[in-house]
Amino acid sequence: MAYVEVRGLRKAYVTRRGRIPVLGGIDLSLDEGEFIAVVGYSGSGKTTLVSLLGGLIVPDAGEIRLDGVPVTGPGPERGIVFQHYSLLPWLSVRDNVALAVDAVNPGLASAERRRITDEFIALVSLTPAAWKRPRELSGGMRQRVAVARGLAMRPKLLLMDEPFSALDALTRATLQDELLRIWGERRSTVILITNDVDEAILLADRIYPMTPGPDAVLGPAIEVGLPRPRQRRHMSLEPAYQKARRALVEFLRATEPARAYSRPPSTVSASSSDK
Amino acid sequence: MPTKIRLMSQVILPSFGAACVLLAWAIVSATVAPDLPSPLRTWQESRRYILEPFFKDGEMNQGIGRLAFYSLVRVAKGFVLALAIGTPIGFLLGLSRRFHESFDPIVQFMRPISPLAWLPLGLVIFQKSEPAAIFTIALCAMWPTVINTAVGVRSISQEYLNVGRVLKLSRPRMLTRIIVPATLPYVFTGYRLSLGLAWLVIVAAEMLTGTPGVGGFLWQEYNSLVYSHIILSVLTIGAIGFLLDRLMGLVEARVRVN
Repeated sequence: MAYVEVRGLRKAYVTRRGRIPVLGGIDLSLDEGEFIAVVGYSGSGKTTLVSLLGGLIVPDAGEIRLDGVPVTGPGPERGIVFQHYSLLPWLSVRDNVALAVDAVNPGLASAERRRITDEFIALVSLTPAAWKRPRELSGGMRQRVAVARGLAMRPKLLLMDEPFSALDALTRATLQDELLRIWGERRSTVILITNDVDEAILLADRIYPMTPGPDAVLGPAIEVGLPRPRQRRHMSLEPAYQKARRALVEFLRATEPARAYSRPPSTVSASSSDK
Repeated sequence: MPTKIRLMSQVILPSFGAACVLLAWAIVSATVAPDLPSPLRTWQESRRYILEPFFKDGEMNQGIGRLAFYSLVRVAKGFVLALAIGTPIGFLLGLSRRFHESFDPIVQFMRPISPLAWLPLGLVIFQKSEPAAIFTIALCAMWPTVINTAVGVRSISQEYLNVGRVLKLSRPRMLTRIIVPATLPYVFTGYRLSLGLAWLVIVAAEMLTGTPGVGGFLWQEYNSLVYSHIILSVLTIGAIGFLLDRLMGLVEARVRVN
């Protein structure tokens, strides 16, 4: 059995306008130390998938197993990097990370916990800003803090929900490179949810395209044959890159919903965060 | 901002507004209400109370500063009591559905009851005017704190709660690290409104109990037919209320983190 096993995951939301079937049977598996990406259109149910994997909401059907243990609720062994950072604005950068470190290491001495906190702040190059509040930081720096907090939980599985989608293109590229470096050092098991095809190819070992909802499912996995460590430069010239990109774009084009751009994507994600 | 515009908006125009009110007051006292002292007479009869604010000739004949001090101490006691009772009730209402279902109807029922209705009951319970006054102030002033705190707890962003859920924070840590700080701006808005109410109630409480203070003085001077001192009291009440609100506004601004 794989390290992470997802079988037949279904979820529908009941609203005043009726039942909205968001996910129609998601199957997914990955090994320890693998980095996979799920790519899909906005509003196809990607955030719902993250919330289910994180245990924040309960599936209607299906099962999630992590390291053989069924997932029944949220927990720090499945760290989440949220789309909108979700930093606590009343805590400094340091205290935001320390909250995670303290929560998962209750047995450690405080000096040791402090050392771990500093280590993760340094990992995302935020040591000079450690005492700042989130509102004093740029979007890119805030997401760095969120990544540090996610990693500081030392999760068995790190879930990233469109972590860079709110950033400008240059900052996004910098953070992608940094994530690539950090993952190269630590080899965490990561599921990255994104709507950015190139981001998925740059970072992931394997990519699952997602059909647009309702009843979204994952298409066949696309292996990214690019060797590691990867470099953004010249990547687009590699045949392996072009092959993965073609396969991914073809799948997404073929399933492109007619109303993909007119449907408000927020209807699904908003109700998922309300639950 | 250029000093010229500042002078205009912060000094000249407010002075103009005050002058208009003074003029209207003078006209009313000179025409339709001859018993109402004119601004000049009010000043002449009140100047000692203002210029020597801390003199004391007797229990009810004291400088306005001294009277205001008595009232402020009384309000402070009632206000602190209101916060001490109202804040935990607000948190419980926001956190527990059972508690909300049990006690929210009572809160909504008691909220609109006037201080004038509570005071006699306070006198019956405590048999003394001072605790009865404080009881009335606390009972009337605590509702904005209760309601704002409850609303604040219920409107905490799911984002923040999810962070706590993922980290599996213990109940006390969830409270101290997430729920209380996220609610704090609402709580302090409640405190500011509560202080305003406490100050409103003081006059009624002192009038009915005859205790020394600005409100008690006002009622006594009405009975002694010294009408200018009613105006002096009214202006003092207004000035202090304004200052208290500004003060709490500063505190409130400090706790707004986002």
